[in-house]
Amino acid sequence: MSEHLIMDKDAVRRTITRLSNEILEKVGRLDDVAVLGIKRSGEIVAQRIAKRLEELEGVVLPCAGLDITMQRDDLVSEFFVPEFTGNDFDFSIQGKTVILCDDVLFTGRSVRAAIETVFSLGRPKRIYLLEMIDRGGRQLPIRADFVGKNVPTSKSERIEMKFVELGAQEDCVLIVK
Amino acid sequence: MIIKNGNVVLENGVAKKDILIENGKITKIADEITGVGETLDASGLYVFPGLIDMHVHLREPGFEHKEDIESGSKAAVKGGFTQICCMPNTDPVADNKVVVSYIRNRGKEVGLCKVHPIGAITKGLKGEFLADVGEMKKVGAVAISDDGKTVKSTRLMRLAMEYASGFNIKCLCHCEDADLVDGGVVNEGFNSTLAGLKGIQRAAEDIVIARDIALAESLDVPVHICHVSTHSGVRLIRDAKRAGVKVTAETCPHYFALTDDVIRDFNTNTKVNPPIREEVDKQAILEGLKDGTLDCIVTDHAPHHADDKNVEYNLAAFGISGIETSFSLAITHLYKTGLLTLPEIAQRMSLNPAQILGLEGGKIEEGGVADLMLASLEEEWTVKADELVSKGKNTPFDGCKLTGVVKATIVDGKVVYNA
Amino acid sequence: MLKRKDMLGLIDATADEIYEILETAGNMKKLVKQGIKKLPHLEGCTATILFYENSTRTRTSFELAAKYMGATTINISAGSSSVAKGETLVDTGKTLDAQKNDFIIIRHPMGGAPYLLAKTVKASVLNAGDGMNEHPTQGLLDMLTMKEKFGKIEGLKVAILGDIKHSRVAKSDLFGLKKLGADVRMYAPETLIPKGIDKLGAKLCSSREEAVDGADVVMGLRIQLERQQAGNFPSLAEYADFYGVDDKILSYANPNAIIMHPGPVNRGVELTSAMIDHDNSRIEDQVLSGVAVRMALLFLLQQYRKSLK
Repeated sequence: MSEHLIMDKDAVRRTITRLSNEILEKVGRLDDVAVLGIKRSGEIVAQRIAKRLEELEGVVLPCAGLDITMQRDDLVSEFFVPEFTGNDFDFSIQGKTVILCDDVLFTGRSVRAAIETVFSLGRPKRIYLLEMIDRGGRQLPIRADFVGKNVPTSKSERIEMKFVELGAQEDCVLIVK
Repeated sequence: MIIKNGNVVLENGVAKKDILIENGKITKIADEITGVGETLDASGLYVFPGLIDMHVHLREPGFEHKEDIESGSKAAVKGGFTQICCMPNTDPVADNKVVVSYIRNRGKEVGLCKVHPIGAITKGLKGEFLADVGEMKKVGAVAISDDGKTVKSTRLMRLAMEYASGFNIKCLCHCEDADLVDGGVVNEGFNSTLAGLKGIQRAAEDIVIARDIALAESLDVPVHICHVSTHSGVRLIRDAKRAGVKVTAETCPHYFALTDDVIRDFNTNTKVNPPIREEVDKQAILEGLKDGTLDCIVTDHAPHHADDKNVEYNLAAFGISGIETSFSLAITHLYKTGLLTLPEIAQRMSLNPAQILGLEGGKIEEGGVADLMLASLEEEWTVKADELVSKGKNTPFDGCKLTGVVKATIVDGKVVYNA
Repeated sequence: MLKRKDMLGLIDATADEIYEILETAGNMKKLVKQGIKKLPHLEGCTATILFYENSTRTRTSFELAAKYMGATTINISAGSSSVAKGETLVDTGKTLDAQKNDFIIIRHPMGGAPYLLAKTVKASVLNAGDGMNEHPTQGLLDMLTMKEKFGKIEGLKVAILGDIKHSRVAKSDLFGLKKLGADVRMYAPETLIPKGIDKLGAKLCSSREEAVDGADVVMGLRIQLERQQAGNFPSLAEYADFYGVDDKILSYANPNAIIMHPGPVNRGVELTSAMIDHDNSRIEDQVLSGVAVRMALLFLLQQYRKSLK
């Protein structure tokens, strides 16, 4: 097994800053924006983005992790009992512009489940998709609005995103073969 | 006809003999008989007196979908029986000379084994008024019984036993206190608890056995106790016999071959009345058969249609189709185990029933009727319910491997069954 | 993985099977507590709830469980009186099979009826109580409630008081609890103790105090009024006085002991109102455990059904 570093902690930080700027450019006013992250890594991405936007614009955005377990499309095919942590946010996403954050975009299935989950909670005005890494290999017609880095990979490779919040020494992104 | 080289089961032992049959009678029993005419080679086989089952249900008239006199007779001769006595719980009930005559005549028409009707004790088996005992006896009833029910009124039972004794005909008593049974379907004990089925106390049977023994003693008339299933019932009868009461008794193969462990999977073919009991009862039944407390083995052959059994245990009909397995069960569980000798088995399954009911036959003797049965005692077979000749496939022995096979049955010197 | 077509009783369930059901049920219970009442696992499946006895609790519990799992449910309530008449159980089973039912949940006044049905049909049969035989889902839900309170079943002292003889609940509890290593004590009027229950591992006690002494679980069983009419005991007042549970009796138990009852309770007979409404009463929790256990069983049976295809 070999590991190949594709982003170190500075690269992660710079990417978050760049993505935040792209959001500002594309979305404009942040009044009705909520930042949601697909649990668990995506939740960290969402927190970083929200924090950076706050630093840039002085606005505290509603931000939360999204548990998409109940909408997974393999619940029945794999036949397992989901472990669900809940989606009890202290804000409503009704009519909001949602920045849906995720770590790695691959097949697109998580994103589909995430969109379903968002709609089960309310009707947003619009959803933007933000991905730290797009590794290709889509199985659904899904495309990210904001991409940190495009990293074409083969099936045998795996992208690992490490965050200090989740116990890593320091932030980084690896390709593991 | 000459039956050659058979091991003949005589009253006092087994001997290799030839048997000469002429005009339906046994005319000679000797070491070697030669002559012209038909010969039946019985080498390696045992020759028994034709078996007599004094307790069967033939279902005709009224329930021909379960069994009729023809199918029941075919099953009987396959089981080695030359005479059978059928209970009166038909529809209409055999409580009058018309039905009794019908059964008797129908048995003769079929012409396989001898079919002896048993008349009802009370009209319609209702336990209210005595049936015409004398009339029924006149047209061939060999006993009276309300089998399937107990005559609830002790007063009426007393009168029945007293009245019947005047006609030299016996009451065959089905002993069951219905109030105590109270809807029970299996023996009350560990297994009824395990299966969650309502149990029947031994006392429900014993109380009535004791009652009928008491009546027989105080009236000084004979009485016969049907299908004894409890250890305590065996003891009651043994004590009564010792005290000189004129009591005789029967049991059935399922009471000496099975315990109520068989009810656990809710197989309705194990549902029978009285219920199959526990090991202690089985052992007492074996002991009772050995010491003569229990005079006879009967089958209580109770054929039922599959529709009567393929239902909830509580709803299933009581009864076992037993006439084709009785002999093999006796050989397997009584002879092969060393409990009874062959003459003892012949006595329990032929001589004693004949004497209790005053029938011909029951033993192999010169001058006696040529009712015989030939069997292999070494051959094994596996019971297959759907291969039974009886219309009733309701046997709890389906799949059991048994020893002893009936090879031929001879009634009045005529071969009526030949395997 | 649970490998059985039917759930008819705990008599032949292994400890591993019971643990698997309880673990799955525990997860189901969490989901239901989180308000998740729509799982997709049984979408496209049909569950027929065939009850030959009146029941509200068990019927609604099964129906909710099936619906929460996404199944379509059908209710057939045939009164006990129609058992003996009308269509035979075997024919009813064949009809339900022909309609492509996936599950048949049966309650029947006669022991063994679910076995007969299971033998007849391709659908998975769940026993929702048969005569005096078993009520396996009640046994399982009781164990789930106990396990969630104490973390384990092994070594628990469980006192069961009341009409053991007619109680399919007591039997399923006993089968399950013994397999998981609990110590089960029973106390009842002599007329309501079934023969040989001690051979199944129950300790028969000679007083309430003895049964409850140091117990972790104190369980009352529902007494049917007709048992008194049939002469099993003279009066409800005497029953409550000798076989009921009140705070005095509870004081003999472990201070953390929980109070359970399969419901519905006759207040003041099996349990005093103070016991029912006690902080340690788990009677309502048993109800939720019931839905979870039934969801888990439907889930596990369906998992097995799928594995066969």
